Amino acid sequence: MKSEHILSVKFYAAIFGILLVLTLSTAGIAFVDLGGAWNAVAAIAIAVGKALLVVLYFMHARYSSRLTWVFAAAGVLWLMILIGGTIDDVLTRESITLPPLS
Amino acid sequence: MSNGDIVHAHQFDDFAQQHEASWNGMWVFLGTEVMFFGGMFAGYTMYRYLYPQAFASASNHLDILLGTINTAVLICSSFTMALAVRSAQLGARKPIMIFLLLTIVLGTVFLGIKFTEYYQKWVEHLIPGYDFSYTLSLARPAAIFFSFYFALTGVHALHMIIGIGLLTWLIVKAHRGRFSREYNTPVELVGLYWHFVDIIWIFLFPLLYLVGRHLG
Repeated sequence: MKSEHILSVKFYAAIFGILLVLTLSTAGIAFVDLGGAWNAVAAIAIAVGKALLVVLYFMHARYSSRLTWVFAAAGVLWLMILIGGTIDDVLTRESITLPPLS
Repeated sequence: MSNGDIVHAHQFDDFAQQHEASWNGMWVFLGTEVMFFGGMFAGYTMYRYLYPQAFASASNHLDILLGTINTAVLICSSFTMALAVRSAQLGARKPIMIFLLLTIVLGTVFLGIKFTEYYQKWVEHLIPGYDFSYTLSLARPAAIFFSFYFALTGVHALHMIIGIGLLTWLIVKAHRGRFSREYNTPVELVGLYWHFVDIIWIFLFPLLYLVGRHLG
């Protein structure tokens, strides 16, 4: 038989509650000027936190095999390469000027 | 149904191995989905870096109240989906169907709110390439923001629609008594898909709705 982890309804409800609180926090924090790029950093950090909760508990990654972790991590790794490889190009160039509208 | 009744396909040693293959196969598929959305996320990052002012200004044209409500609705649907999977693990036929139905209802509410927002954008002439009017100095990069907005939320909504289709199929199977404590792989895998679509939205919400709020 497959080994599986059955979590309690209470536990899922707690995760759900945390996710709702984080949603309201990120919306609230967005209105406060944290200066520079810190608003973006805060928004992304909260989103990563929420995504981790969903992956670990709702998607049971925490209770899955190491092989599953490898597949999940591979998705993140290639995404970082994709975004990193795009943005490093943009950061190190002269700014591109768009042709005028119409 | 006893444990002995579960038949595994001939290429697998046993049912556990078959389940492991299905489970990991779904994660591989989700990896390809990450890359599918990733291209748009990379493009978004680049243009936001190039035109921060226009992105902040355009972002403030989105309805933050509806966006926040929709985020909550989708998280709620992930919660009911998790409970549907839990019911399936326990082999409880009725609760599976109830939680799947709740998930469909919440998914439909999300799409309804999304449609309302699209309609608002249409009324406000914010559809790039069709009917777009904006402060002239920012018009062109703002159109880029709205192109990303419609492409990302549109493809996300398409995933939701496919998800609702899969959930409907699961309800039919559950009704026919196809799931048990021993066999509930399809419910688990659709669960993974649904949560993944939720995660995409978890990132879309701040990237689209919250860019320029602090600037007024």
